[in-house]
Amino acid sequence: MGIILENRDLGQGFFLMKAEEKNQAEMGQFYMLRAWEHFPVLSRPISVYDADAESVSFLYKVVGQGTEILSGLKPGEEISLDGPHGNGFPELSGKKKIALVGGGVGIAPLHLAAKTYKKEDPERTVDIYLGFSGQPILEKEFQAVSDNLKVNVGGFVTDDIDPNEYDAIVTCGPTIMMKVLYEKCQRLNYQNPLYVSMENRMACGIGACLVCTCKTSGGNRKVCKDGPVFEGREVFGV
Amino acid sequence: MSERLKTEFAGVEFKNPVVLASGTCGFGRELNEYFDIERLGGLCSKGLLEHPVAGNDGIRIWETPSGIMNSVGLENPGIDAYIEKDLDWINAKNLVNIVNLGGHSIDDYISGAEKLNRVHVDMVELNISCPNVKEGGMNFGTKTEVAREIVKEIRAICRHKLVIKLSPNAEDIVSLAKMCEEEGADGVSLTNTFLGMAIDLKKKAPVFNNVYAGLSGPAIKPIALRMVHQVCKNVSIPVMGLGGITTWQDAMEFIMAGATIVQVGTASFMKPDISMDIIDGMEKYVEAEGCANISELRGIL
Repeated sequence: MGIILENRDLGQGFFLMKAEEKNQAEMGQFYMLRAWEHFPVLSRPISVYDADAESVSFLYKVVGQGTEILSGLKPGEEISLDGPHGNGFPELSGKKKIALVGGGVGIAPLHLAAKTYKKEDPERTVDIYLGFSGQPILEKEFQAVSDNLKVNVGGFVTDDIDPNEYDAIVTCGPTIMMKVLYEKCQRLNYQNPLYVSMENRMACGIGACLVCTCKTSGGNRKVCKDGPVFEGREVFGV
Repeated sequence: MSERLKTEFAGVEFKNPVVLASGTCGFGRELNEYFDIERLGGLCSKGLLEHPVAGNDGIRIWETPSGIMNSVGLENPGIDAYIEKDLDWINAKNLVNIVNLGGHSIDDYISGAEKLNRVHVDMVELNISCPNVKEGGMNFGTKTEVAREIVKEIRAICRHKLVIKLSPNAEDIVSLAKMCEEEGADGVSLTNTFLGMAIDLKKKAPVFNNVYAGLSGPAIKPIALRMVHQVCKNVSIPVMGLGGITTWQDAMEFIMAGATIVQVGTASFMKPDISMDIIDGMEKYVEAEGCANISELRGIL
């Protein structure tokens, strides 16, 4: 159980929740969140937006019953924080120029990723590309952790990036957005790594139930346990 | 742990009657990170086939009021991989290891049972009730006389204790259970998931690629309980009851309806160690009722 420290309404259904947590999550990992007893049945897998030794933050969007309950939580109330789970974004040592590309609520894990990549190598360039269908959120926060921030509203964020400017690209967002980015990289003969973070529906979150299976070039993989981060070609190159 | 929950099922001793249901606990390793699985009475493996199966495409899980629907489609690594990677690990644990055996055809079931004959397992749960494969699975388990063939064949070759997992989608679940008894099964377990459907209004299409999928969770509990009661009244082989068990009270209802063992499935998704709460609650209740053993409360209705 964790205690809610903050649960900020960012507008348009987006919320930023911070809770007490001693297990420090790594970039790209997620928690199974729950603040109810039996119903809804399933806990909600939510990516880590930020983490330090004392707390963890989640950016989430209200889309159903579970996230609706989460959005009503007040500071001081309890939440079940089961995690961190999954294999997050990889270290990218030696990569001097990195792009992070996010769409919608999929921008969530890119915040901690940008911070971590910058900390790993303060000399490197970390550029962030964000796509929104409505008003942008958290622009200042993403500005603060990047060298260059490009925000696209209502268009295709994948149009904004030239993959060949980068030594590595990390992306999280709607599957179709990530697929388009993968195809653009292929078309432009981009040779460096592209990492994608998948968000299949989950039940157990720990690798026991096989409902989040992702069919990859290397066979079936569990998004919750083997992922959620995979190489783009594993998922889209099949 | 006292002796109050100690239970015998078909000659096999369980330290308590709580078993994790097939498909909700993998092969035990993941949940063992949350609690010591040796506290369980037993564990049913993810459904295994003789050969690996990739499982269904598309959405595999959907939430419903008080339940979930799944359409995994028997994804599994195959019996050989299980024997190589997981069998020794689980056999070394102090709990009853029940291997769930599935198939797409009679030949599948036979070759799977033959492979399992070569190794030690405590019990085989024969899955003739999976609703999520187009051929086999539930198709073998809805008509008593079709099911009889497969139960007869597997009983004849299987050297392990054999429990038949029944489908609530059967035409007549009581006659199905009686047939299992006639053919020499050591017990039956019921119910598997109920065939259901969900439609995506935006896409104007079924949610699941297979159109229909299996409903589980508290939503099905009263129906599963009724079926367990009906079966227990009509067979003398022991019964494992399951279907939506979430609390110790649910588990005790199944025991009073006549189940010897209870299986916990979907509830583990609410809280990975919920089975521990169920065991503790059952123990306290049996003690408070002044019973030396839970069997005093079994089948009293």
